[in-house]
Amino acid sequence: MTNPIKDVLQAKAILAIGTNTTENHPIFANYVKEAVLKRGTKLIVADPRRINLVDYADLWLQHRPGTDVALINGLMHIILHKKGLHKKEHIENCTVGFEEFAANLEKYTPEYVAEITGVPVDDLEAAAVMYAESSPASILYAMGITQHTSGTDNVKTLGNLAMLCGNIGVVGGGVNPLRGQNNVQGACDLGALPNVLTGYQKVADEEVRQKFAKAWGLEELSAVPGLRVTDMFPAALEGKLRGLYVMGENPLVSDPDLHHIEEAVKKLDFMVVQDIFLTETAQLADVVLPGVSFAEKDGTFTNSERKVQRVRKAIEPVGEAREDSWIICQLAAVMGYPMEYADARAVMEEIRKLTPSYAGISYERLEKKAIAWPCPAEDHPGTPILHVGEYACGKGVFFPIEYRPPAENPDAEYPFILSTGRVLQHFHTGTMTRKGKGLNQLYPELLAEVNPADAEKLGIEDGDFINIASRRGSIKVKAWLTDRPAAGVVFVPFHFGETAVNLLTNAALCPDAGIPEYKVCAVKVEKAS
Amino acid sequence: MVTLTIDGKEVKVPQGTTILAAARTAGIRIPTLCYHGRLDPIGSCRMCVVEIEGVAHPMAACTTPVEEGIVVTTNSERLHRIREDSLKLILVNHPLDCPICDKGGECLLQDLVYEFGIDKVEYQAPKPAREAVYATPLIRYWPDRCIMCLRCVTACREIKGIGAIEIKGEGYGSQVVVIDEEKCQSCGECLSVCPTGALTENLSRFKGRPWLVKRVPTTCTYCGCGCQLELNVQNNRVVGVTTQEGKGVNRGSLCVKGRFGYEFIGSDERLTTPLIKKDGEFKEASWEEALNLVAERFGAIKEESGPDAIAGLSSARCTNEENYLFQKFMRGVIGTNNVDHCARL
Repeated sequence: MTNPIKDVLQAKAILAIGTNTTENHPIFANYVKEAVLKRGTKLIVADPRRINLVDYADLWLQHRPGTDVALINGLMHIILHKKGLHKKEHIENCTVGFEEFAANLEKYTPEYVAEITGVPVDDLEAAAVMYAESSPASILYAMGITQHTSGTDNVKTLGNLAMLCGNIGVVGGGVNPLRGQNNVQGACDLGALPNVLTGYQKVADEEVRQKFAKAWGLEELSAVPGLRVTDMFPAALEGKLRGLYVMGENPLVSDPDLHHIEEAVKKLDFMVVQDIFLTETAQLADVVLPGVSFAEKDGTFTNSERKVQRVRKAIEPVGEAREDSWIICQLAAVMGYPMEYADARAVMEEIRKLTPSYAGISYERLEKKAIAWPCPAEDHPGTPILHVGEYACGKGVFFPIEYRPPAENPDAEYPFILSTGRVLQHFHTGTMTRKGKGLNQLYPELLAEVNPADAEKLGIEDGDFINIASRRGSIKVKAWLTDRPAAGVVFVPFHFGETAVNLLTNAALCPDAGIPEYKVCAVKVEKAS
Repeated sequence: MVTLTIDGKEVKVPQGTTILAAARTAGIRIPTLCYHGRLDPIGSCRMCVVEIEGVAHPMAACTTPVEEGIVVTTNSERLHRIREDSLKLILVNHPLDCPICDKGGECLLQDLVYEFGIDKVEYQAPKPAREAVYATPLIRYWPDRCIMCLRCVTACREIKGIGAIEIKGEGYGSQVVVIDEEKCQSCGECLSVCPTGALTENLSRFKGRPWLVKRVPTTCTYCGCGCQLELNVQNNRVVGVTTQEGKGVNRGSLCVKGRFGYEFIGSDERLTTPLIKKDGEFKEASWEEALNLVAERFGAIKEESGPDAIAGLSSARCTNEENYLFQKFMRGVIGTNNVDHCARL
């Protein structure tokens, strides 16, 4: 996020697009509701589903799944070409690429955009004016924006919109992706990515490699960017990838087109899985190493706001389970490279030396207060808002972006769009939330959301079992008739490994980010016998 | 700014400040019960009454705004009697079942009754016993203990913006009920603001007295909000999750997963020993055996096909330090940049 969570209380308008905030970020949703109910902030929700946040919205744009670029380009066309509500001074002084960008918007007339998105022209105009006239305005988004073959374009388009209205680098503004997992921000920051080391320092940069090699007592590090998670399994199928080390991940439920993933995993010569449960993935492993939960370890997580916060050990590990850091270091030692640290703090000290954006973040400081990176020095307060004064890269860059339809669209044989996601009561592949009784009492079995109009045509009643099939697989699941999805769209959560909706999903990737198109694939739906 | 006098002390506060807030800025304590820092003043309990010179009736400090020049007294015999009477009226209905109440030891009512030294209640009322019911599968409601302070109802409306619960009924028969089951998310905001044991967590099989559990402050393990919470630990088991009012990005709130999703930590299904697959079956192994096997197999693949034939998936669930070590292992020990995690999934 460019801005802290509490900033939405200062926003005059919020555009929440592709974020089911009340279910996936319930505490963030508290702030959004407070802004709306107590401070009169205008709320525009753009989502193909009638999510709970719509109850609080001034405007709801129900665009067709996968048409986000067209929708946002349409709003910008109105702001720029029809109403002239763009912030000319900001554009002139702080940005580049405006002319090409503006020219590209010309064809995105309200009528053209209404046809693509299904959003009425009047609603497009109202939303455009509401966002542009309310300053500052905050944009919130989540996987509804990114999990598309056009994911990177979607994000860039939101950046364009924020820049067009001068909403970058200001309190109450910003482009704010809500991170879906406790430490997905931190995993990215600390170099668990194939092309960058810590703090997004590129592996392609020789100076960077030399710095790390020296610190780690090695002669050199590989300069070849590695495989992304979504490239690893195809590489395994081709026989190029032979060994896999999985720590706390469950790709056999979370990844797209699971038949292929399973085939790929079985083709590996060797897989070791380190986890707290015998997950679907661990069951296929050659060796399973028992790690520990967040309650059994010290360390830090970095939240959606880039704030680094302490994690503290509350209990001793169960049985012979060991902290993941211990396991990694032991394995390194057996392989002839001793990695020795007194504790998590000692690891952080090494991170600080190698990572400019984390350099000022010490455990001592964290005892008093969470700190948002970049924090280059001990006496630096951290950076809650990015791009204040000027853009981090100098000038903000406008990108001309064209709408591209999703990779797989409904047709006569597969007439429905399938979107996947989460529900409030469960988390990711269910490895944590589906253990124990509490949350399972509230959401005990998988439900596919089906619009009543579709159900009527298909002779499906609430609670009936249905078959949902794509070109890649089929699942049998209970139907929940609800007007949350539009007619022609079904929504299925991905938490349930035994009824894994990812058997159906399309492994088509965003070419830039390598993210799969979980939000759109074509399926057929029928009542199960 | 408005200037007023509280207990002989001159206090300057912005217009619109309540007398309670003004007193607190001056370090003067006025007892409260229904007042909660995150909620608009409710004014239901009469504990915070104060006298204002020239005003006949005592006023609730939590709802009365300051005025220029007023002279406020926060403690007098009369006020003490009113507060004592308010507590006694609550105790007519509230059972003194503190020994079996989950809230015993950290109950605001218990603290006030103790502070006022109330050892008998002269009033009586007909009291048919009422059963504790399940407000939701995870939250139990004890109507006898409910003091009708309205904190829960207000929190559901104001903090969650939901309004799923309301007071229904009249007089002694009134109770808090879920009026909209579809809207209630079992987040437990009501539970966390309840000053007594009227709403209790119904999940943990192991109950710990508040003064016997260790509370370890940490960060939630679910979504990216980064809520600050306390794991309640007894006998090396997590038996509950609590928060501190106002603390962290969550300001003391939690969602249903953060508050109730802790059972997995102590699950019987946890892996407790390394496993090695032999002839398609997992066999328990020692750490030495398991680590040696992994090192040997990775070593052999690296030898035969080069380091890029091995890849690692790190975890968005793990700590920063673990992610750092994992990528260091993949890059430094294996020698490949094939490291990623589920950010995209």
